Amino acid sequence: MILLSVVITVVKVIILIGILMTGFAYTMLLERRLLGFFQLRLGPNRVGPMGLLQPLADAIKMMTKEDLLPSAADPLVFRLAPVAALFAALAVDAVIPFGAPIHLFGLTISLDIANPGIGLLYVFAFSSLGVYGLVLAGWSSQNKYSLLGGVRSSAQLISYELAMGLSVLGILITVGSANLETIVQFQAHHWWFVFTQVIPFLVFFTTAIAETNRIPFDLPEAESELVAGYHTEYSGIRFAMFYMAEYINMITASGMAVTLFFGGWSGWSFLPPIIWFLLKVGAFLFVFIWIRATLPRFRYDRLMNFGWKVLVPLAFVYVLATAALASGAI
Amino acid sequence: MAQGVKTDDLFETGLHSSLSRESMVLNLGPQHPATHGVLRVRLTLDGETVLHAEPVIGYLHTGFEKTAETHTYQQANTLTDRMDYLSPLTNNLAYVLAVEKLMGIEVPKRAQYIRVLFSELSRLGSHLVWLGTHVMDLGAMSVLFYCLRERELILDLIEQTAGVRMNPSYFRVGGLAYDLPEGFHENCQRFLDGFPKWMQSYKNLVQGNPLIEDRLKGVGRLSKEDALALSATGPILRASGVPMDLRKSDPYCFYDEFEFDVPVRTGGDSFDRFWVRMEEMEQSVRIMNQALAKIDPVGAYTTTDRKVSLPPREEIYGNMEALIHQFKLVSGGFNVPKGEVYQGVEGPKGEMGFYIVSDGGARPYRWRARTPSFYNLQTMPTMTRGGLVADVIVAIGTIDIVLGDVDK
Repeated sequence: MILLSVVITVVKVIILIGILMTGFAYTMLLERRLLGFFQLRLGPNRVGPMGLLQPLADAIKMMTKEDLLPSAADPLVFRLAPVAALFAALAVDAVIPFGAPIHLFGLTISLDIANPGIGLLYVFAFSSLGVYGLVLAGWSSQNKYSLLGGVRSSAQLISYELAMGLSVLGILITVGSANLETIVQFQAHHWWFVFTQVIPFLVFFTTAIAETNRIPFDLPEAESELVAGYHTEYSGIRFAMFYMAEYINMITASGMAVTLFFGGWSGWSFLPPIIWFLLKVGAFLFVFIWIRATLPRFRYDRLMNFGWKVLVPLAFVYVLATAALASGAI
Repeated sequence: MAQGVKTDDLFETGLHSSLSRESMVLNLGPQHPATHGVLRVRLTLDGETVLHAEPVIGYLHTGFEKTAETHTYQQANTLTDRMDYLSPLTNNLAYVLAVEKLMGIEVPKRAQYIRVLFSELSRLGSHLVWLGTHVMDLGAMSVLFYCLRERELILDLIEQTAGVRMNPSYFRVGGLAYDLPEGFHENCQRFLDGFPKWMQSYKNLVQGNPLIEDRLKGVGRLSKEDALALSATGPILRASGVPMDLRKSDPYCFYDEFEFDVPVRTGGDSFDRFWVRMEEMEQSVRIMNQALAKIDPVGAYTTTDRKVSLPPREEIYGNMEALIHQFKLVSGGFNVPKGEVYQGVEGPKGEMGFYIVSDGGARPYRWRARTPSFYNLQTMPTMTRGGLVADVIVAIGTIDIVLGDVDK
């Protein structure tokens, strides 16, 4: 029985990584095509029908390019940094429930790899680990732009992390569990938290964009200021790993937003739960891309102001209100 | 963070103690996505705070001024296109007006109106590129594509008329190179009618955006005194509270017959410069509408002085004198009386002027261009002192430089 559950878990891990890798590639294609349409262009449409083979071409290009190592760089840290970023990005997805548990051959298989009671804490722990990849990359490259990018990413982390944590406390209080499966079940039976926790949702989504380093919070790589920020010196597959980390983070952030605020896989019964989940994630990805096409970039000291003076108080007040309501004080 | 720091304090505590506190020198450019060409800025940084910014120029030095001395007056006109290549026609205008002033040529009024129309088209085109690239530097990438869409229409109008999209050399000493093509009035009017709608969409997308305001307000402040002392001109000077516009103060090409306002702001920060340029675009459209109404569909487009302007084709085939004029003008150019002259015009980036010394021959003895970007760029160190690296990008963006104009 133990062997069977190990096999099931391994299969699930492989499937999940496969899905995330292709998901990343096609999110990127989706972004490039959508940006093209937003910007009166076509986007990549030459490789394969509607450009659908573009990710494959990109992958081949990235893998065959030379993996450069600057002579002044710290070789070990320089090589490990993208691995750290990608690892953190992938690890978070282990606890997100992608669908309702399915029944197969008399077995009940939950559609997540692990289902720890502290699921939410696990997510936060690993998502903030990802910033180490950026900081170390910036630091080890021995490039001034990279260094500034690395410094910015840590400044960014302390600006949004607290607000992000506070924004989901209301859910914890209401559900009484940090288990993501329980949170989804609660929403499936009661209500989606986006209706009761509007402001925390906005705070969460804003900080999620900051965590994925995307416009308007793409400070660590701000192209027009820092050339390419922390990954200026990277090339080939290591550069691609940073990209993977960014896009997988984007998928993860969408997945978390859906899980916490939009009822996870719950939905009307005419579509299977996993489809609902994917649809919701897709909608979030679209919003991410839409924002990228529209908004300019924050200045990094303003981001700190924004994080500490706007997001944290907002989230905090809402947590207090939720707590008061939950304890019946009002 | 940086806004609370007084720049003087910063220099007291920052620079003087920089022996103990290590500062970092960052070379921004000459290959950098946001320096709009090969500008290099030596930044002395404390963290991300800029202690000193020093523009290093000359990477695009082309030697136009010296080259012009070996060209005839009409040929030298083509060099002016390539200085501020985003608005070649205002460069043309400054140059041809200078030569005309020296020679005392009377240019037909219709040609002058057409010059006004095309100068304003150029201004609009230049401002559109500025808007797009500047906002892209701030991180919003889509606006550039919308701006380029409209600029393409301007280039189409120029192409219809002058045959090429960029570097048209359409203005010639004595008038214009060609007459307006058929259907130009309708095409131009269609563009002018459509523009307010597009302008509104930029405003919706950009000007009212709190993030943009946040990036621009209070950033890169340039006081009135500094702006004057550093000989800034154009939108930069007007955003610092000096209502200086050559079209009003020293009208050329009958600009005094046109009704338009000169947008002025007093704050001198990046947002004011942004605002001034946005308003200028609307004023340009206003001028163009008036100019288009004033331009007769047919009429003279160049002076009849055959010593300066080429005779029409038909005349050459049947008229001995015309043939001689044609030959003389094409092979040797025209002589310009001895003397010196300066003529400035209000280009999109500031005062574009030419100082020409003639020794009486067919080629200029000395040919000097007062290009606005070169002077305006000198305000950058003042603007960025005490700011962040991101503010340097904003400053470069709102100064609106073209490197061809800086390194002429």
